[in-house]
Amino acid sequence: MELASEHAAFAGKLLADLGADVVLVEPPGGHRSRAYAPFVDDIAGPERSLWWWHYQTSKRGVVVDLEQRDGRAAFRRLVATADIVLEGEPPARLGGLGVDHDDLCAVDPRLVWVSVTPFGRTSTRRDEPMTDLTLLAGAGPVNLCGYDDHALPPVRGGGNQGWHIASLWAANAALVAVLEREVGGQGQHVDVSMHAAANVTTEVGSYEYLVSGVEVHRQTGRHANDEPTTQSQHRAADGRYVHIGFTQGTPAQLQAIIAWLEELGLRDEHAETFWLDFGLERGGLHFSELGQDVEATAVFGAVREALELIGSRLPAREFFLGASERGLSVGMIVAPDEVLADEHFVARGFPVTIHQPELGRAVTYPGAPFTMHASPWRIAGVAPHVGEHDTSVLGPLE
Amino acid sequence: MATTEGPGTPHSGALAHLRICDFTGVLAGAGATRMLAAFGAQVIRVEDPVREGRWDILRGSRPFKDDRRGVNFGGAFNHHNVEKLGITLNLRTERGRGILRELVAVSDVVTENFAAGVMARLGFAYEDLARIRPDLVYVSNCGFGHSGPYSPYKTWGPVVQAMCGLTFASGLRDQPPAGWGYAYMDHQGANFMALAVLAALVHRGRTGEGQWVDMACTEAGATLCGPEVLDATVNGRPMRRPGVPDSNRSRSPVMVPHGVYPAAGDDRWLAIACRDDRDWAALARAIAEPWAHEARWAGCDGRITAEDALDGLVSAWTRTRDAFATAEALRVEGVPAAAVARAEDRIDHDVATREWGLFPTVTHAAMGRVRVDGLPVHLSRTDWSLERGAPCLGEHNDFVYGTLLGIDADERAALHEAGVI
Repeated sequence: MELASEHAAFAGKLLADLGADVVLVEPPGGHRSRAYAPFVDDIAGPERSLWWWHYQTSKRGVVVDLEQRDGRAAFRRLVATADIVLEGEPPARLGGLGVDHDDLCAVDPRLVWVSVTPFGRTSTRRDEPMTDLTLLAGAGPVNLCGYDDHALPPVRGGGNQGWHIASLWAANAALVAVLEREVGGQGQHVDVSMHAAANVTTEVGSYEYLVSGVEVHRQTGRHANDEPTTQSQHRAADGRYVHIGFTQGTPAQLQAIIAWLEELGLRDEHAETFWLDFGLERGGLHFSELGQDVEATAVFGAVREALELIGSRLPAREFFLGASERGLSVGMIVAPDEVLADEHFVARGFPVTIHQPELGRAVTYPGAPFTMHASPWRIAGVAPHVGEHDTSVLGPLE
Repeated sequence: MATTEGPGTPHSGALAHLRICDFTGVLAGAGATRMLAAFGAQVIRVEDPVREGRWDILRGSRPFKDDRRGVNFGGAFNHHNVEKLGITLNLRTERGRGILRELVAVSDVVTENFAAGVMARLGFAYEDLARIRPDLVYVSNCGFGHSGPYSPYKTWGPVVQAMCGLTFASGLRDQPPAGWGYAYMDHQGANFMALAVLAALVHRGRTGEGQWVDMACTEAGATLCGPEVLDATVNGRPMRRPGVPDSNRSRSPVMVPHGVYPAAGDDRWLAIACRDDRDWAALARAIAEPWAHEARWAGCDGRITAEDALDGLVSAWTRTRDAFATAEALRVEGVPAAAVARAEDRIDHDVATREWGLFPTVTHAAMGRVRVDGLPVHLSRTDWSLERGAPCLGEHNDFVYGTLLGIDADERAALHEAGVI
């Protein structure tokens, strides 16, 4: 059972698309996130939000007014049927209404109750307001993203990722508790802090500091670092951006780059080709030598310049395919919607097309985050209308 | 399956009944089993003695504590492999492959994030190992998955982020993609991979059935910009269009002003988000300058229409102010605001972080005591615990081969001599 929220909606979707029977509880009139853009044909309306469509797949929806005695009674009956309660309410709200975990776990000791809040249920900061932006700013990710030019502000990555981070942790912790219940027989409360979640999702941003006290600084399209590093992101011949990868230092990779330069007639144009030859002679490179060994660092530099040169002469896709076929790990920077049209993802069945009754036609959604062969992920149904399943869900409980 | 006593004895009991035979590395894989180990699963990391486990490029790489270097001193490796056991096993040898089969027979889960096809070439594809252990949960995680035209291609975090749309979706208007200044999708890839393990274990608990999970990290990443995708598939509006992205602004939901504004000091910034007209009214009171009270800004439509101008005015106000004090003052008035925090700010000077116990100290056999990321969840009965650092190369050979698999000391010595373990 999920109480509708912005920040835990993705947790509910993850579990619902994996086969859980998720009942989504909304207040009268529907949850406020039904007013989130974009909308079908740009016309707002509670059943037209594409935000809602995406995050509420495979869920059934009911309206329950927790501010009313009858609503709370219905809520208690729903909870009694649930394995997991997932909610993102302000920390004190449910307790104030007498329908919090403490009030209801006595009815069902096996209940797993997951609370997703900005700072956790008991934090000194628990009542502070927060959005995805202020979450990611206060917890570290924003400081690490942006441009070489520090006159430009640091950047929040798009897509409300702070909510996604918290939701992944919420779903995982819920399943840890469910698996523990199979052994221990008891449920428990799971307290998820969105701030803490983002704060432990910064990779180099945290461990460089934790291990050696180093602060890393944002750079354009590549890892933040204490010292500036060379560009990884370049414009291809068609104006699109490519990423030339990370470490390409095995003998086979060095050989492939040299051969590719020769094939394109660029060997002489690349002033540093002799460093590639040298890298080959010394038997390749290991990542740990970067910045530690002068010669290895020079070879790494020559690799990057070679790939930048090649990338500038080819369209992005041709560069990506050409490099990849040669065993080099590079990327092309594609828009999220372009992923669904890409031949690779189409071949794997990633785009999922389902009938959308509101439109009378099929709509393509992002598909499975992973392919489970015995218990397949699927979108069981489109997002519910306001109160769509009141009768079928609440009726039998009365 | 109960864990055996010894160094494998977990501090947290939630997943103490599970054993994981773990081939993961770097962060996208190792982060998944890290989380499971924190909840008490016995995670046995299998490493190659010939290459000293350096398939994982973080083994022996920076950062270094106290500037001490070597295969057991990689700071990131320690970070991603806390609470795991480590063994060395040479899978090029027939005996090594036999020992692996013995280990799989007593494991609930196999996890790996090699490039597609590596495990199959070793003879350890799901089909091979399911013959030994029919209810095995086997989760593979690589950049493009195990089918499709790109499946042979190798990836790293930044390449995954480029290919799944996350890099594109991060940036300022009229600038190149800013992308993510760290391997965001390695973290999330690890979280998705852990979800795959957990969901498959729930399925096994209900049905007795194991399975193979094929995870492509690019696909997991491509689920993280859903509304933007539906805007394209429903409305025919591609995200690649002028002015987009502009990800410090917010259009889903609509919030104005909404941005990262300059503050006093060197490279200090302040994030402010006005969710509605009430938030704006509170911000305008805090600004307390005549322009802020003009009627044109009172409604959301007016603020959107002149968003650039409004951002300029807000920036002029924030520029001379302390980011932390201003953020706190705005939050007191109910306006979401936060200073853009550096590592020191959010790790050592945030009361919420301290109260949570978010950065525990582990003890590593070679590196000593090191702080690491904790977990952002607390379970009321069976919470996580992180106390032991990552394993040194082969640190738990005696426990795993001796206590767990019953190989006596003489044979272990012979196996070591022969380069098998």
